[in-house]
Amino acid sequence: MASGTIPILKIGSTLLASIQIELHDTVVDLFQNDVLQEIEKTAARGLIIDISALETVDSYVARMLANTAKMAKLMGTETVIVGMRPAVAATLVRMGYFMEGITTALSLEEGLALQNSYTKAAEAE
Amino acid sequence: MQVLSASAVPHEDNPLWEIRIDKEADIVAVRQCARDLAKEHGFDQFAVAALTTAASELSRNVWVHAHKGVARIKILRNGKRVGIELEFEDHGPGIADLNRALAGGFSTAKSLGLGLSGTKRLVDEFNIDTEPGRGTKIVIRKWKREF
Repeated sequence: MASGTIPILKIGSTLLASIQIELHDTVVDLFQNDVLQEIEKTAARGLIIDISALETVDSYVARMLANTAKMAKLMGTETVIVGMRPAVAATLVRMGYFMEGITTALSLEEGLALQNSYTKAAEAE
Repeated sequence: MQVLSASAVPHEDNPLWEIRIDKEADIVAVRQCARDLAKEHGFDQFAVAALTTAASELSRNVWVHAHKGVARIKILRNGKRVGIELEFEDHGPGIADLNRALAGGFSTAKSLGLGLSGTKRLVDEFNIDTEPGRGTKIVIRKWKREF
C-alpha cells in the first residue's frame, strides 16, 4: 500500500480499492496517484473501485474517479466502478454529469465477473 | 438539538450552524453537517444526497476561489413544511460573468464547470449575490417533500 488511506488489494490480476471513508479532496488526489502506481507495480489487468459506502459523490470526486479510470485505461488496465448508490446516481445525472465512457456494475460480484470476462477475452486473442 | 459537527455551533432559539471555511477539511465538515441535519429531519435519501452534494460544491467554491468564508445552515419551518437553508458567504474575487457561470460548462481550476449550474438543479431555491472584487453570497433551500 502506498501513501494514501484507501487500501488497494490485489485479487488475481485485478486490483480492488474499496472506498470506506468520507473523501477529502486531498485523499482523492492521493488515491489517484496510488492506484496508478499500484497498476504499474503489479501489472494488474483490471481495476475495481467500490464506492458502495459513499453517500455523496460531488462533481470533484466524480471527475477524479472518471479521470482515474481513463488514466488506467491509457496504461492498459480496465476499470469498473461498482456499487454506486441510487441517490448518488440520481444526483450526478441531475447535475448534468453522466460519467460517460466509464464502466460500472451493480456490485462487487458483478464487477469481478466483468473483469474475468475481460481477462478471458484478452487471453483468447 | 445535538451538535452534529465538531466545528458547527447551533444558536439556542433559532438553530443555526455556523462553520468557518478556511481549510480543505471544512468542505467535509459542511457536507457532514448538512447530511446529518437532513437525515435528522427525515429527508429521503435522494434529498439528503442532493443537499449534501450542493453543500459540498458550494463550500468547495468558497475554499478554492476565496480561500475563506462561512457556511450557515438553518432549519426552516413554513406551516408544516420543513426545509433546510444553506448560506455561503465570502469576500473573495466574486463572479464576473454570472450568466455564464450559471449556464454551466464554465470550467474553472477545480470544478467540472457544473458547480453552480449543477447545484442549482439539486435544490428548490437558489439565490446568488455577487460582485467582482467584493465577494459572493449564495443561499440555497431544500424543502422536505410531503406525501
